[in-house]
Amino acid sequence: MANILQTSFLPSTSSLRRTPISGSKGKSQVLQVKAKIREIFMPALSSTMTEGKIVSWMKSEGDKLSKGESVVVVESDKADMDVESFHEGFLAAIMVEEGGVAPVGSAIALLAETEDEIAEAKAKSQSSSSSSSSSQKAVEEQPKQIEEAAPDVPAASSVAAAPAVSAPKTVALGSAVHPASEGGKRIVASPYAKKLAKELKVDLGTVVGTGPMGRIVAKDVEAAAVAVAGTVAASPAKPAPVAPGIELGTVVPFTTMQGAVSRNMVESLSVPTFRVGYTITTNALDALYKKIKSKGVTMTALLAKATALALAQHPVVNSCCRDGNSFTYNSSINIAVAVAIDGGLITPVLQDADKVDIYTLSRKWKELVDKARAKQLQPHEYNTGTFTLSNLGMFGVDRFDAILPPGTGAIMAVGASQPTVVASKDGRIGMKNQMQVNVTADHRVIYGADLAAFLQTLAKIVEDPKDLTF
Amino acid sequence: MHSICSQATAVPRSNFAFDSHAPALPISKPINLRFCGLRKEAFGFSGLTHSCSSRVRFTSRGHSKRISASAENNGTPPKSFDYDLIIIGAGVGGHGAALHAVEKGLKTAIIEGDVVGGTCVNRGCVPSKALLAVSGKMRELQSEHHMKALGLQVSAAGYDRQGVADHANNLASKIRSNLTNSMKALGVDILTGFGTVVGPQKVKYGKVGFPDNIVTAKDIIIATGSVPFVPKGIEVDGKTVITSDHALKLESVPDWIAIVGSGYIGLEFSDVYTALGSEVTFIEALDQLMPGFDPEIGKLAQRVLINPRKIDYHTGVFATKITPAKDGKPVTIELIDAKTKEPKDTLEVDAALIATGRAPFTNGLGLENINVETQRGFVPVDERMQVIDANGNLVPHLYCIGDANGKMMLAHAASAQGISVVEQVTGRDHVLNHLSIPAACFTHPEISMVGLTEPQAREKAEKEGFEVSVAKTSFKANTKALAENEGEGLAKLIYRPDNGEILGVHIFGLHAADLIHEASNAIALGTRIQDIKFAVHAHPTLSEVLDELFKSAKVKATTSSHVPVSEPVAV
Repeated sequence: MANILQTSFLPSTSSLRRTPISGSKGKSQVLQVKAKIREIFMPALSSTMTEGKIVSWMKSEGDKLSKGESVVVVESDKADMDVESFHEGFLAAIMVEEGGVAPVGSAIALLAETEDEIAEAKAKSQSSSSSSSSSQKAVEEQPKQIEEAAPDVPAASSVAAAPAVSAPKTVALGSAVHPASEGGKRIVASPYAKKLAKELKVDLGTVVGTGPMGRIVAKDVEAAAVAVAGTVAASPAKPAPVAPGIELGTVVPFTTMQGAVSRNMVESLSVPTFRVGYTITTNALDALYKKIKSKGVTMTALLAKATALALAQHPVVNSCCRDGNSFTYNSSINIAVAVAIDGGLITPVLQDADKVDIYTLSRKWKELVDKARAKQLQPHEYNTGTFTLSNLGMFGVDRFDAILPPGTGAIMAVGASQPTVVASKDGRIGMKNQMQVNVTADHRVIYGADLAAFLQTLAKIVEDPKDLTF
Repeated sequence: MHSICSQATAVPRSNFAFDSHAPALPISKPINLRFCGLRKEAFGFSGLTHSCSSRVRFTSRGHSKRISASAENNGTPPKSFDYDLIIIGAGVGGHGAALHAVEKGLKTAIIEGDVVGGTCVNRGCVPSKALLAVSGKMRELQSEHHMKALGLQVSAAGYDRQGVADHANNLASKIRSNLTNSMKALGVDILTGFGTVVGPQKVKYGKVGFPDNIVTAKDIIIATGSVPFVPKGIEVDGKTVITSDHALKLESVPDWIAIVGSGYIGLEFSDVYTALGSEVTFIEALDQLMPGFDPEIGKLAQRVLINPRKIDYHTGVFATKITPAKDGKPVTIELIDAKTKEPKDTLEVDAALIATGRAPFTNGLGLENINVETQRGFVPVDERMQVIDANGNLVPHLYCIGDANGKMMLAHAASAQGISVVEQVTGRDHVLNHLSIPAACFTHPEISMVGLTEPQAREKAEKEGFEVSVAKTSFKANTKALAENEGEGLAKLIYRPDNGEILGVHIFGLHAADLIHEASNAIALGTRIQDIKFAVHAHPTLSEVLDELFKSAKVKATTSSHVPVSEPVAV
């Protein structure tokens, strides 16, 4: 599944994240980004600073910025400092208003390269600042962003954001009727009500005022916010299969990540795939795992390592078909492992898994998982896989089949290893731990015999795993 | 409200010669020492008060035959005088002048038509300080975050409106009686009634319905102060559309109050009202809030005093029409754009406080009798506070101090001007350096300033061709401020790097109003940064903010040769 998510929309500490902070130009990294819309991040102004307060924006939305020009004044734990732009462009959208506080490294504004992109960036800032279930428009625009925009679109917020209140019309309680509000044209709200509405993202037009003369007061806004939050929480902002609190009978648009998955799945239909299964005895592997578990080795790393070693002997299974006319033999063996995260999945990549020793690989795996949870994977950490592993064994699944992610040659579905009564060649009956694996491959480049040979090699390695630890 | 007058006029800079080697005031009679003690007590409460004596409208004129008799004498100064000095108006300015006059051995009378203490004591700085003391404590008790950080637990802080109002009223009465007693004890004659200048060195006074009295004096000081300025189109009913006079009585705490004007008065009341639970909408004619402050301080103050509180604002708008609440309708405020004059918005609020500044109270003073024309109500004076007539000539023996002359509408400025005049009439030429007079706004935290703002200093520097530097220190670096968990604040020093002259100091932070005097005294005494930076401050105190400020200045001049003042003493 490595490239199910090959589009680079995932939150990560990409080059841009650090650029405005350290001033390191990071040109080489920028290459892979090709962002037309850049984010301006809350810089770390001191070693102890964890969050910063926006004192004032020296530029307003739509203003042109030249490189090195001061854009915003930020208050850290120590002092107020001007923050300069490291790129030329237009200040497209301010995401954290004056007085707002943002953690170091989070986006506070979007910088568009050209004036034409300002509107797009604005839509983007809305989609990322509001919740996943934000307005239809933002959802429609997301695929477009994914294709052409930076890798830093915080889909994270779409994926895992708390159900922020985003003024859904569904909870409009009718418009405020105020004797002097000219039939709802004018909204009369107290100063604090206005502040709260902004903070809680409640549209005052949808709030009924209960204050003097029908004025909207703070408690009206709070009540509206609770009502909205209730609705949103009830509707599945996180349509993960087990997400609690899904409201039945509702239609919930895809998040950015889910949209990408959907498109890739449809695209996979154009690839002629076939499947080959194999049953592998894992007693030796289990014993090895037990022995080196204390050294931080994980089963995932062991499986990845075994697969990588088998792939090294069968380069064709590590190849892919890019244009329908040729084999692309990948120079390195990068094992992508599918991981479910809130509302989606991601495939962190263990690079050069055949060459890296099992202990390093295990550490690397742990690091990747932590990063994936923190939504900090960088693009090369999730979209450079050449072969994918998908393991549902922990749920007790004994066999399943996986869809081949476009752009790769094969994916292996790994079932649970369980005690099985086995008849051996010498006529005895015994108990062995066995797991079923099932490889889906692109038949344009990988043929049945190739897979069969590969699986046989893999089984040998797993059944005699001394090579896994060198 | 320290300075109930946010309309303070620009202070002319170049005309003030300042005698930096002023000798200590001569104490001629031992008895003065006792008076000084009394005076100190009075000033202890009143030093920040306003100089406006309140004079009610003159109604009955010419009822008394004695008036016509005296009118015949117009133009001929009397040969001998009832008093050496008569002061019209017993506000803080008049009081300060009276006490100093007695000290200088002058026979002094003070005429007051209303109550001793003037605006400041009765309807200004003094009662407002009582309200602000309450709001400061409420604010602290309500700030859960602040309390928690100190490890304190407080539940449900509340207040009793009448109790708060009584505190303000009691404070005013107490200060008023202190003031009255201090003058009586010194032998100042307090003449009750409304004073009118009827000719050179001649004043009449009297209550409505009673015959007027004529008194003569060698010198006369007008110290009649000011009243709240209410722009036309605004109907003040004293209940829902009010001025500071009404607001200080705290007869109600509206849910939503619009404050017209974001100067000192408006800011201080916003502090009081929001602490007591009101929501506030500022209406400011200029493009930014707090127009009178140094821009940097104003910006910081807005971040602390406006943005996080239940306050919103409209800037660049005039309130053209304000109608009090009646017949079940709220107070309505019509706003127009200050520049285009186009109608902009209509607000409906529970109450409106008009804090658009103060107007001089000079009607009925009889200035026409001596050919003096007021300018927008202000009495024109020279730098020695001597009144200028319509032809541009000085009027002998007639002076005007305080809000009535509009030079600097601050209570303590009026008092300083009064003392300067007394020096003048007792034979010592004295010109007050207005740039050394500090000002303060008693919000939480406080704002204080002395001298020029940065833009003013830069403008002056350009004109006169010198360099200006700015030094800043933060309260976040101050131990005492952090101990109080009040690290929010900034002190700013504007100075000349070539000679170390202090041009202005602006402070925003805990007890800023008390901290400013080190800077204002330095300006008044001509102390340079290179000298004052060697003065020692107790540790840990808030005053170290200024210590650090002076030390962070980069002055090219070396320490003056005349310091230290005294020989070092071995101990």
